[in-house]
Amino acid sequence: MTPFSQFAIFSAIKIICVFAVTMFIVAYAVWVERKVSAAIQDRHGPNRVGPFGLLQPAADAVKAFLKEDFTPAHVRKVYYWLAPAIVMIPSLLTIAIIPFGSQLGHQKMVIADLNVGVLYTFGIVSLGVYGIVLAGYAANSKYPFLGGIRSSAQLISYEIAMGMSVIPVFLLVGGLNLSQVISYQTGSIFHWLIFKCPLSFIIFLVAMFAETNRLPFDLPESEQELAGGYNVEYSSIKFALFFMGEYAAVTAASAMLVTLFLGGWTLPIAGLDRPAATLGVGILQILIFLAKMLVVEFMVIWIRWMWPRFRYDQLMDLGWRRFIPLALANIVVTALVLCLVVK
Amino acid sequence: MQDILFYIFAYLALQFGFLVVANPFSRNPVTSAMFLVLTIASLAGLFVLLHAFFLAAVQVLVYAGAVMVLFLFVIMLLDLRAEERERLRTFEVVAGLISAGAILFIFLATLVHSPPGIQQSPTAEGGTIALGRLLFSHYLLPFEIVSVLLLVAMVGVVLLSKKNLK
Repeated sequence: MTPFSQFAIFSAIKIICVFAVTMFIVAYAVWVERKVSAAIQDRHGPNRVGPFGLLQPAADAVKAFLKEDFTPAHVRKVYYWLAPAIVMIPSLLTIAIIPFGSQLGHQKMVIADLNVGVLYTFGIVSLGVYGIVLAGYAANSKYPFLGGIRSSAQLISYEIAMGMSVIPVFLLVGGLNLSQVISYQTGSIFHWLIFKCPLSFIIFLVAMFAETNRLPFDLPESEQELAGGYNVEYSSIKFALFFMGEYAAVTAASAMLVTLFLGGWTLPIAGLDRPAATLGVGILQILIFLAKMLVVEFMVIWIRWMWPRFRYDQLMDLGWRRFIPLALANIVVTALVLCLVVK
Repeated sequence: MQDILFYIFAYLALQFGFLVVANPFSRNPVTSAMFLVLTIASLAGLFVLLHAFFLAAVQVLVYAGAVMVLFLFVIMLLDLRAEERERLRTFEVVAGLISAGAILFIFLATLVHSPPGIQQSPTAEGGTIALGRLLFSHYLLPFEIVSVLLLVAMVGVVLLSKKNLK
């Protein structure tokens, strides 16, 4: 077998596995969301389909597909069809560069080990806004349009803060490659970048909520003001795709957060922070990564039911007048400290 | 393989670029803007083939992700119906052709005078460190001039967006 065809086959296997796991997590994130919200609000939540309502995602999917797919007469057809598809794509593309384990045999557990890793991520994430903007434009009516406009302003604002918040991380690590970021965080739990650049972590975390349109920053779809926002004119599986897109984005963002700040697939005990020598350790490291990611995702869901929504002007104020100056100062201070200490 | 990919991306870039300015199916500015996004994406593909991963990523990040979103933002807030009804005027066509011709001339003149690229074995490196060093040593002056240019533009925008000028 030539190296190229070997590479192609292993990549295809990795892509299929990662896609399947991501879609599974997306489906069950909805179930977890409904269970957590029920617990917080003292309700039962879904408990009819299967034990503990565990088959609810399957029932929801069947329902979404079987409902009438109604296209209102006044929409712009091409964009109306494109938008739900575009919403899903960026999150799936982001996951491609996340190292979700060290290695199994001789295969590195990452689909694409890019040297400009994080720049690629931000490039793809910045394309995520098109799905929502086009959905708002396609609807050709007032409220969805306002939702689309709001979301483009919000995403652009927080993208800047998010991009600048991780620069100190890469100043410390000395490269943009995500595998390099993880190997920097090995050795002790205090080598995790959450302890080395706590400010970066906080800004990244908040920007992550804004970029994935989650409460307290879900302005594009705020129900009370916009009757649902950019997805008002959608029904059936197209409507469901927007929600799957949102959870896929949360999953991708959680994976990114774990990789950048929480040590990725490593644990600083029992030699779990070195690339795996045996198959068992390799699988264990993938499970560690998944566990960390799910904890972050659980926290994202939890916060949604604890916080009220920001007002639009508060959101813009927080982004432009608090986080961007803070992130800039963070870069300068980190660079200064590095310059003085290293020399 | 690389040659085939080059022709695919080059064809796509030209085709989408053509559709930005002269789309036979729609005169909708939003459609033009979306085709410009696709043109930019094809150009990023060409950069990847040149092993300039950094440039490709920045191309998508800055142009497709930020600049074009702002374009869309502004276009959507304009009255699009008036724009769609508008016919081409002779003056606009002439001015457009002259400016495009001037840029083409500059490109061709530069191409004729520059030596062909040195054959180097391409590496799959992003080369951010090398790029940073070059920007802060060999290209320091042009780099700083560009930043001053951006600052001037920014001050201009702030001034223009103030409603009450005194």
